[in-house]
Amino acid sequence: MENLNSYLIVSAVLFSIGTIGVLTRKNAIVMFMCIELMLNAVNLTFVAFSRYLGNLDGQIFVFFIMTVAAAEAAVGLALFISFYNNKESIDVDDANLMKW
Amino acid sequence: MDMILIPAVNMAPILPEILLSVLAMILLLINVFVPGGKKSNLAYISFLGIIAAGVLVAIGWGAHIESFSGSVVLDNFATFFKMTFLVAAGLAVLISDSYMEREGCNHGELYPLILFSVVGMMLMASGTDLMTIFLGLEVMSVALYVLAGFNRGNKKSNEAGLKYFLLGAFSTGFMLYGMALIYGATGTTRLFKIAEVVGQMTLPTTNIMLVAGMLLMMTGFAFKIAAAPFHMWTPDVYEGAPTPMTAFMSAGPKAAGFAALLRIFLVALPTLQVEWSQVLWVLAVLTMTVGNITALRQDNIKRILAYSSIAHAGYALVGFTAGNGTGIAGILFYMLSYAFMNIGAFAIIILVTKKGETNGNVSDFAGLGFKHPLLALAMTLFLFSLAGVPPAAGFIGKFYLFSGAIQEGYIWLAVIGVLNSAASVYYYLRIMVYMYFKESTEEFEWVKVTAPIALAIVIAAVGTLIPGIVPSVILEYAQMAVKLI
Repeated sequence: MENLNSYLIVSAVLFSIGTIGVLTRKNAIVMFMCIELMLNAVNLTFVAFSRYLGNLDGQIFVFFIMTVAAAEAAVGLALFISFYNNKESIDVDDANLMKW
Repeated sequence: MDMILIPAVNMAPILPEILLSVLAMILLLINVFVPGGKKSNLAYISFLGIIAAGVLVAIGWGAHIESFSGSVVLDNFATFFKMTFLVAAGLAVLISDSYMEREGCNHGELYPLILFSVVGMMLMASGTDLMTIFLGLEVMSVALYVLAGFNRGNKKSNEAGLKYFLLGAFSTGFMLYGMALIYGATGTTRLFKIAEVVGQMTLPTTNIMLVAGMLLMMTGFAFKIAAAPFHMWTPDVYEGAPTPMTAFMSAGPKAAGFAALLRIFLVALPTLQVEWSQVLWVLAVLTMTVGNITALRQDNIKRILAYSSIAHAGYALVGFTAGNGTGIAGILFYMLSYAFMNIGAFAIIILVTKKGETNGNVSDFAGLGFKHPLLALAMTLFLFSLAGVPPAAGFIGKFYLFSGAIQEGYIWLAVIGVLNSAASVYYYLRIMVYMYFKESTEEFEWVKVTAPIALAIVIAAVGTLIPGIVPSVILEYAQMAVKLI
């Protein structure tokens, strides 16, 4: 696989898009989707390296990341719902009870 | 057809983890049949389970067993940290019940979640593969996100859970990217093999992937241990989370973060020690200074302790920067004694605050010394220990951390640490001034010392005082634990 670099560039770009999204968006669910994008960029990096090195460790790691991301999504959405129940909003700007 | 060979697996190194996770699952089932008001039974069962796990962990002292083809190891380092987590969890379980009852969120799921997060922490301490460490970290974190937002009806708790979750998942992304890059640079996720490969590189510092991976991973862990500039979540989460969970979160996950950080950097990347200790130097100075200076201006007592917990991560980073036996043993000692003194202080905060934590400010402690002299005395001990005043354990811990730094020639780092420690005395003493020198406006008639909380305070006080007077009882074990790394 000679074009490892192109895979790495794609995943780095995806990771950056995810990071910028988390930093600029205000909606908690959109922020969480951007975090998922970051995790999937990591998955792509792992798979590309794994294929390049001819070593399966990276692909096993990807399975674990996907499992963990699913568990995180379940917990995260539950937290968003309980936040919404009290605040009628999932805008992170409304999470402003505590400052400094 | 080829047979699939199942490799022989030695379960011995993860016996305490197995015990705790099975117990947690059984508790989840029992919880369904326990009527609403009787959830304290679950607390007692989980406390007994934690003691049983502690016995199992103690039996493993001195052993060195690798298992699961080198992805988990049982050694003294892991054993020492496991004990620290169990102490934090045991004390947290003891102080939880009456608080949760008072706040009206006494759901039985609390105890299984605490146990699950302890299992995650234990895997972080004993993992010798990036995969195991990552899984341990996530098992711990996912449980903690729920615990932070456990008081569903309380807006502050919702907010704490939301913030902790979003920022925690964000930082996990960075850490994973770091792990992916290190995997790419070395071709393995086993810590020992990474060390081998990096050791054979002619110029490891010019390998951009390796260095970037190391820094990204450090970012992720710096978030978990609440080091500046990745500390912004800490005060909000600590203030909003239910107080017993704040106590648990400040002691357990911080120790787990340090365990994984120490294991990764000392086992896998010792070749780059000169480079990463420079980064840690900056982190340590920033963390101590930001934590202490911001704490000076706070009024809410949980926030003060949150900023103080940031500062304490900074002190521990001083020992890590030194990277020698004294400094690392100092971290182990400090994490254990920090669990005792900090949870002890939070136990008293739980007693003094009213339902809904409407009186969480320092001024609400006015006159506690006259109305409840014993409680105030215990609080004084914990605060002295946090400030690093002898004869409490906090002093011995700081002494070893800073002397480790001096041995390695980091004189300025030690000086900054001591100055910070001196500045921190101000906000700890402020609480004591209110307790002993201000007229009380309240009768504190709502303060009810239940047996479990009293037990927790006594254990915490003993754990703060004895290692301070006879440091060798713990320090010898800490030094033995460090030798194997």
